[in-house]
Amino acid sequence: MTEAVIEAQDVSRHFGQVQAVQGLDLRVERGLIYGFLGPNGSGKTTAIRLLTGLLGPTRGKINVLGLEIPRDADKLRRHIGYMTQKFSLYDDLTVGENLDFIATIYGLSSHARRARIDALLQTYELTDKVDRLAGSMSGGQRQRLALAAAVLHEPELLFLDEPTSAVDPENRRDFWEKLFDLSAQGTTILVSTHYMDEAERCHKLAILETGVKRADGSPEQLMSAMGAKVVELAAPGLRQLKKTLIALPEVISAAQLGARLRVLVSDRVADPIAFLRNQADVPADSELSLTRASLEDVFVTSTGKRAAS
Amino acid sequence: MSGLLRIWAVLRKELTQLRRDRVTFGMIVMIQLIQLLLFGYAINTEVRHVPVGVVDQSQSGLSRVLLQMVEATQVARVTRHFTSMEEAEAALRAAEVRAVLIIPKDVDHRVARHPSVGLGLPPSTDEETSRPVAQWLVDGSDTLIAAAIKSLRNMPLAELLDKPANRGVPTFEVALLYNPEQRTAVNIVPGLVAIILTMTMIMFTSAAIVRERERGNMELLITTPVRSMELMVGKIAPYILIGAIQVTIILGIGHVLFRVPINGDLLHLAAVTLLFITASLTLGLIISTIAVNQLQSMQMTVFILLPSILLSGFMFPYEGMPVAAQYIAEALPATHYMRLVRGVVLRDVAITHMWPDMLWLAGFIVAGLAVASMRFKKRLD
Ligand SMILES: Nc1ncnc2c1ncn2[C@@H]1O[C@H](COP(=O)(O)OP(=O)(O)O)[C@@H](O)[C@H]1O
Ligand SMILES: [Mg+2]
Repeated sequence: MTEAVIEAQDVSRHFGQVQAVQGLDLRVERGLIYGFLGPNGSGKTTAIRLLTGLLGPTRGKINVLGLEIPRDADKLRRHIGYMTQKFSLYDDLTVGENLDFIATIYGLSSHARRARIDALLQTYELTDKVDRLAGSMSGGQRQRLALAAAVLHEPELLFLDEPTSAVDPENRRDFWEKLFDLSAQGTTILVSTHYMDEAERCHKLAILETGVKRADGSPEQLMSAMGAKVVELAAPGLRQLKKTLIALPEVISAAQLGARLRVLVSDRVADPIAFLRNQADVPADSELSLTRASLEDVFVTSTGKRAAS
Repeated sequence: MSGLLRIWAVLRKELTQLRRDRVTFGMIVMIQLIQLLLFGYAINTEVRHVPVGVVDQSQSGLSRVLLQMVEATQVARVTRHFTSMEEAEAALRAAEVRAVLIIPKDVDHRVARHPSVGLGLPPSTDEETSRPVAQWLVDGSDTLIAAAIKSLRNMPLAELLDKPANRGVPTFEVALLYNPEQRTAVNIVPGLVAIILTMTMIMFTSAAIVRERERGNMELLITTPVRSMELMVGKIAPYILIGAIQVTIILGIGHVLFRVPINGDLLHLAAVTLLFITASLTLGLIISTIAVNQLQSMQMTVFILLPSILLSGFMFPYEGMPVAAQYIAEALPATHYMRLVRGVVLRDVAITHMWPDMLWLAGFIVAGLAVASMRFKKRLD
């Protein structure tokens, strides 16, 4: 087993009556892109704040890069980068001033500052925006600026909290290319998201719901260990059919995708196609086929809900 | 070394933001200009031209001369004449006039018998000589106005009869030092420095930090290696400069416009002012660790500002306040600075003679910074 950079045991945090994170066990190995997948309010931000020492846990043990958190949070600062969910650089400073501020805070000499900032502007395609006020830029540009600021001191561990929530799909793809570049250079990345397609790009991920980790592993592991098969069914009258199928105890969920119905059938049923054909309401001329499970199916089986997206 | 660099980073960022924030920058200059003009021209503890009414029951030549004499004192200005007491009282209640002079039918007789006239007529009975010439009915709710009218109580009457005034030798001789012309502005303007600095310094620092937390900048800052103390020093340092600019403007304009003398040593003035600015900034820092949004920080600033205006000696002499109020006043930095700045500016006192107030401010800064950095945790909860 490779070295773990993040280890958490039975970590909980509540705010009054709200259980934001409950009994979280976590192990993130060096070099991975590790995802937190969950809908809004599932505790992703709170979990990241606990791991970075911004919040103290109500219960549990946290160890990040060999440091006990939150006790040694001050020592951790130089080794981690954190991109907050809400843009947290200064709207009334320019791109260059923001980066220069962060670089000075991290103690870079004025010569080193200039070289590092020039390189970052190049990498994150901000060179021509250097004199723009951060507050006047688009979501994608601000996101690239925030990432540049988070990696400025070349941290070995990077926390990204829903980095693509304010960004269009094309920019999201570009952004992930940058993450893979960072990962290839040896940075361990923990990223939270509520997008299935993003979660699928992670090496490993944890599915969170109402503060509880429902499942974790690589996307492939999660899909094969899902405990259900996916059948796609094409037939007329899908809306009525969906209702009757969902009522069956062996059917975990059924969702309409255009002209087809995507049905998750529990592994307790040996032959799901035959099982569905035998249902009285399924028309004889329906087309039925087994398909590969997606992460969304994993999410549905482990949480009992469809994702918000 | 890297600590200094981080302070410099925060300070430079703060100055850049301040430079971009035209409204705040304008306020820094405008607030005090407006206040200086308002307070300098409007605050006047010497009451003049109080509107009064008259019920003249005698309608004699003497009563008309008496009215002219009252007006000549400049304390009162006759604006209404009433024919009945009821009418006069109604006008008093409606605040159309602040006092009413009632001149009785027998005013001639009363004047003749009045001892201050000194006609030495046939011996009058005690009761007759102790009768005043006329009566004032005053709206006593405003004590300043009441006091002004009361000062007319012993108005000399001799002139009424074309006799030379009977100026007796006063019991005391009074020499007025430092403000011989008794201009209110001389005392108000240096005090105004304390009030304006209290307001702007506390407000700007507390708002500057709370705003950072509100906008989410703090979440980023606390994951960087910047220390609480570095953050605070970097944030308040630019405001020391701004405070210095404000003092220069207030005293400069006060000197030119209101002829406020600057008698003391400018270096001493700078020293006490620097102490007070830093103390106010520290207070702003403490507020910023308590307030969760800018509205709250504003309310807390006002909570400090009001007693600073009322109890610091700015409006009313410290010595005249009840003991409990004096205790509260002693807890306010503005009270100590009020003594220091008036001492240096008006009376040219060397600061070595005012070390208790200096020491108090210095102690406040040290304790305040300790409290603020203890409360300012680098955590979100
Ligand atoms: N500072 C806080 N005070 C009170 N409740 C909070 C606080 N932070 C988060 N919560 C609550 O904890 C739960 C998890 O929130 P969060 O961690 O922000 O979820 P996510 O990032 O997945 O959207 C939510 O119910 C939220 O309302
Ligand atoms: Mg969140």
